[in-house]
Amino acid sequence: MFSLQEIKKSGIAAIWFMFLTFPIMVIRVNPLERTIQWRWENMLYVGIGVFAFSFLWREMLRRKEMGLKKKMQEDGSEKPGFLQKAAENPRLILPALGLVMGIALLFPHLVNPYQISIMTLALIYVVLGLGLNIVVGQAGLLNLGYVAFFAVGAYTYALLNKHFGLGFWACLPIGAGMAALFGILLALPILRLRGDYLAIVTLGFGEITRIVLENWGKFSGGPIGIRGIPRPDFFGMSFSLSEAIMYIYYLMIAAVILTIFVINRLQNSRLGRAWVALREDEIACQAMGIDKAKVKLSAFALGATWAGMAGVIFAGYNTYINPKSFTFMESVIILSIVVLGGMGSILGVVLGGLIMILLPEYLREVGHYRMLIFGAAMIIMMVFRPQGLIQSKRKAYEFQEDKGAA
Amino acid sequence: MEPILKVQNLTMDFGGLRALNRVNLDIREGEIVALIGPNGAGKTTFFNCITGIYKPTGGDVSIHPPGRDGLRINGMKPNRVTGHGLARTFQNIRLFPNMTVLENVMIGRHVRTKAGVLGAVFRPPSVKKEERDTVEYCYGLLKKVNLAREVNELAKNLSYGAQRRLEIARAMATDPFLLLLDEPAAGMNAYETIELDQLIRKIRDEDKISILLIEHDMKLVMNISERIFVMDYGSKIAQGTPLEIKQNPLVIKAYLGEDADADH
Repeated sequence: MFSLQEIKKSGIAAIWFMFLTFPIMVIRVNPLERTIQWRWENMLYVGIGVFAFSFLWREMLRRKEMGLKKKMQEDGSEKPGFLQKAAENPRLILPALGLVMGIALLFPHLVNPYQISIMTLALIYVVLGLGLNIVVGQAGLLNLGYVAFFAVGAYTYALLNKHFGLGFWACLPIGAGMAALFGILLALPILRLRGDYLAIVTLGFGEITRIVLENWGKFSGGPIGIRGIPRPDFFGMSFSLSEAIMYIYYLMIAAVILTIFVINRLQNSRLGRAWVALREDEIACQAMGIDKAKVKLSAFALGATWAGMAGVIFAGYNTYINPKSFTFMESVIILSIVVLGGMGSILGVVLGGLIMILLPEYLREVGHYRMLIFGAAMIIMMVFRPQGLIQSKRKAYEFQEDKGAA
Repeated sequence: MEPILKVQNLTMDFGGLRALNRVNLDIREGEIVALIGPNGAGKTTFFNCITGIYKPTGGDVSIHPPGRDGLRINGMKPNRVTGHGLARTFQNIRLFPNMTVLENVMIGRHVRTKAGVLGAVFRPPSVKKEERDTVEYCYGLLKKVNLAREVNELAKNLSYGAQRRLEIARAMATDPFLLLLDEPAAGMNAYETIELDQLIRKIRDEDKISILLIEHDMKLVMNISERIFVMDYGSKIAQGTPLEIKQNPLVIKAYLGEDADADH
């Protein structure tokens, strides 16, 4: 392990990192006194740290490969991680579900409103992740403009409320429906596209939506946005601020449960199988009698529906929206949730959503380094577990005559 | 009796290249017919034109499913062609690799089932029954192609021969009256080829599905087919019974080349 070659490799890595981090770690400019502080000791720390870490890194890579090989010899399938095993153990599912529900219900009574608020935001992204999972994870259509549907939902509620005084509950289905409609409108021109081309067009769609909202001041309030959006009510009852925060939290829990329920049912249905078939092989899919256009449209529309719903709740949660909340970066975060969690896996996307939103929030305490740590965590994740936290599994069927049949 | 598939003057041009040149072919109910020819003769292009993957530039393709009205199908989308009862397999296997064996076959049932979004979410009794029937039906098909043990295996983990059989089961799930097999024996060993021979006969005799196959394994072709069509350079050069084809000088020339009989 500590051969000359290894030491040389680590040495090169250390020098490279010392060079890369030189401008931020060593030089500090003090504009007030017009002096430059040279912190050479930092360079030494970086060098030693990288040197030590590179050994650890290679050891981990080696272990990963050994594990894969061993598993391949056993049954040819990939190695399930600890989370994967836990998620598939039937005896653990019910108690685990009960525990999670218990924590979810008690959570707002144990923490302060700030924490509840962050958790609500994370849950909104969980719903967004689950919706995008239909399009990207299942149907395999890369969508980089997903945030546009989120914006459609949010602006639907904000505008309908501002101009017609419609309430939250009336706007929830309208917002979801509007997003679905936009999903179909986007899907129509891109039915023939796949892969990179699809990604570019959806990216453009997302940007167009944001730019329209930013520049069409009369319609959307421009960059200033729309303020004073009412929080969700409960059969006409309104709440104090702290009550409302708790109420939206529970609303979001219900929305997540509804989303999981519906998407789980869709997954194991005639339509859900058609989505996966489309992802796997488009030509074979058509040759088996599946109408490609219909299946793509349904994936886009149903994926967008959840973003629309999340958008309406987001507008009510924030009471203020502007185009800044719907930038390309949001699309990337939602896509990362899906990829990090595990394409096509519901539980994976839920975990991915919570991690992607909560981690940066709680890392605020380490200040400027939080995005650095976050980025490093994502890189490590993708190197060591490219299939995501939890890999999606296909449904298994049981037949009684299994043995006599062959 | 009218042929169940009738192809007249089928022509396909790719730019300046004529891949199919006025090909005529017909298949009668209950027949096993082979389409042979050297590599690049246009056999797979012919399949692609019939099944709607390519839109032919000329000619006519019409079908006459037993017990139903005839219709013209050239230019139709592949999924509609399959809906009308023509199902196919692919030369380079095109399964859904990350779906289970059973799910692969269930995709074939898509075109014969109805459940939509609302059905999937609310699962009324009709949808539940449809789903149960689909699973049972597909399991039956898998038993027929001898894959009942592997129902929950991912398709990509199957052996080559098993993948070919799975493709046949998937195509059969669409309830075709004519099955188009594109090199079903490619990559199979002698034993597997004999099994395939029996399977194809069984499909014709028990399921009443007629068969058109492209194949290079001459032993299989001569054994199994009642009639053979031979193509070369995009044109049909011969047709007839296996015996006639074996003796046809044009066919021998196409396979062995011009120089074979030109003695210096």
